[in-house]
Amino acid sequence: MTELVVPAQADAPAAESDVMVRAEQVHKSFGPLEVLQGIDLEVRAGEVCCLLGPSGSGKSTFLRCINHLEKIDAGRIWVDGDLIGYRERGGKLHELREREVAAQRRAIGMVFQRFNLFPHMTVLQNVVEAPVLLGREKKAAARERAAALLDRVGLGDKLGAYPAQLSGGQQQRVAIARALAMQPKLMLFDEPTSALDPELVGEVLDVMKDLARDGMTMIVVTHEIGFAREVGDSLIFMDGGVVVESGNPREVIANPRHERTKSFLAKVL
Amino acid sequence: MTTDKATTVRARAEPIRAVPVRHPGRWVAVAVLAVLTAMFVHLLATNDAFNWSFMVDKMFRPPIIEGLLRGTVLMTVCAMLIGVVLGVVIAVMRLSDNPILRGVGWLYTWFFRAVPRLVLLAVFGNIGILWSRIEFGVPFDTQLGQLFGIDNLQLRLFGFSSRDILTGFMAGLLGLALSEAAYMAEIVRAGIQSVDPGQTEAAQALGMGRGQLLRRVVLPQAMRMIIPPTGNETIAMLKDTSLLLYVPVSVELFFQLDAVGKRTFQIFPMYVAACLWYLFLTSILLVGQYFLERHFGRGYGSAGRARLRLRGMAAETGGNPGKVEP
Ligand SMILES: Nc1ncnc2c1ncn2[C@@H]1O[C@H](COP(=O)(O)OP(=O)(O)O)[C@@H](O)[C@H]1O
Ligand SMILES: [Mg+2]
Repeated sequence: MTELVVPAQADAPAAESDVMVRAEQVHKSFGPLEVLQGIDLEVRAGEVCCLLGPSGSGKSTFLRCINHLEKIDAGRIWVDGDLIGYRERGGKLHELREREVAAQRRAIGMVFQRFNLFPHMTVLQNVVEAPVLLGREKKAAARERAAALLDRVGLGDKLGAYPAQLSGGQQQRVAIARALAMQPKLMLFDEPTSALDPELVGEVLDVMKDLARDGMTMIVVTHEIGFAREVGDSLIFMDGGVVVESGNPREVIANPRHERTKSFLAKVL
Repeated sequence: MTTDKATTVRARAEPIRAVPVRHPGRWVAVAVLAVLTAMFVHLLATNDAFNWSFMVDKMFRPPIIEGLLRGTVLMTVCAMLIGVVLGVVIAVMRLSDNPILRGVGWLYTWFFRAVPRLVLLAVFGNIGILWSRIEFGVPFDTQLGQLFGIDNLQLRLFGFSSRDILTGFMAGLLGLALSEAAYMAEIVRAGIQSVDPGQTEAAQALGMGRGQLLRRVVLPQAMRMIIPPTGNETIAMLKDTSLLLYVPVSVELFFQLDAVGKRTFQIFPMYVAACLWYLFLTSILLVGQYFLERHFGRGYGSAGRARLRLRGMAAETGGNPGKVEP
């Protein structure tokens, strides 16, 4: 097992400098459909924030706004103090160049519902690809670290396998290792276990819990209430593009205050 | 286990001895085809217009073999190489976010797909009429010079006579390659679009730039879709080198056969020779294409991907994880 790159900060005080993600009044429309109608959010370094909500409530869209896969129409998002996608100069916003956006994304890992591993590369190549291509480290060093990361997610014996030869749970663990290889400050998970057979969900959640224990800042869209209760530091319930309710996961799950939260929890519990 | 044994014993039924369905229609068809074949062979053997001995004598002469090697084979290779590379560039332009690049890419494919190859080659063969020399330097130099009161200002780096460069082989190559690039661009574009957008997203999320993710992630996966139709394009290109007659390119198979035919007033045998040569050459490519498609077609496409996924599932449930395609 290797040391994780992120220092443990789970119990850090809520000072302003500790804020890893701040979103203010984020709006996003697809044509006439306003998917996000003013989302506010604050995630401190080392925290695990769980995002819940019915299908179509805009959870994925919001997650994709955080690493600028989607351009927001209004509002601001900062990650570790950096304004995402723009530079503010002289009271004016300037769009960042593609290269600068890419640089911002390197600090943010993302794990997708459908894994999105590169099918033409082996497991090891999947993990090594980005750090080497982006000049982070030499090939030999990257391989060594990738092998260690894969060992950490329990796939030390699958380095030469192709994604198609792995189960869904194994693929998702490779995807997590691939994201970690870029040594991100923040990890975004978009329903990482929703495409998995029930018996494979546990192995992925275990890796994520391990990561949370090591102090990684995480925003997790999930329907796994148990996970939210166990490792979540905060919970946000979204519906129809707005935050309906937020707070401590154990409290919200035990005593939801809003009708919509209640009916949603009743369905997933 | 006793019950199992009992069932297998009981299941051993009498083998089927049924009368197979008869196909009288097939026998009629065979008879008709046999008669037609006999008539055709009779025609080939008895009609003097074929002049077989003359044809065989002429079709392996050195100028014809040289035309075959340079004007047909080498031309096909060069035109396809340029066509594929330029086609990738234009496909990427057409899929770019930049509206200017997109527009230029569209204009290019529109023009070269809309003008017939034969006409295009005739135009390229005569393009020397536009300029006697082709030179590289500052554009509009004489006009700019006049603006500043200098007579006949010339800022040229290098140049060459268009009659040297833009006739024969080069003009034909330019015409075929530029036209091929337009078709390849469409093929490459379809190939790129066939790759799951999740792949681009994953690469972007890792912080790769557009060029990097195209080169490392998207294009390698698009190859599966691009390679089989490129085989078709190569075969079509080989046949289209016969159009070089209209540039004209003299060191070329069909030009040479045509010339021999016209010189000796034995046009028909030489055209038959052309048929045989092209049949031979394209058959070689067809064999190559068969193996290429078998290699690239397997396990891919939506059905193939489903098969791959099934294989992954089989591996998980205790199947054979290492096994890849029969
Ligand atoms: N690229 C897009 N174009 C148009 N509509 C979209 C796009 N992406 C998402 N949507 C729409 O936005 C809404 C929210 O989607 P999403 O963020 O995926 O919800 P969730 O992840 O909560 O299920 C849905 O109605 C969806 O159809
Ligand atoms: Mg979603």
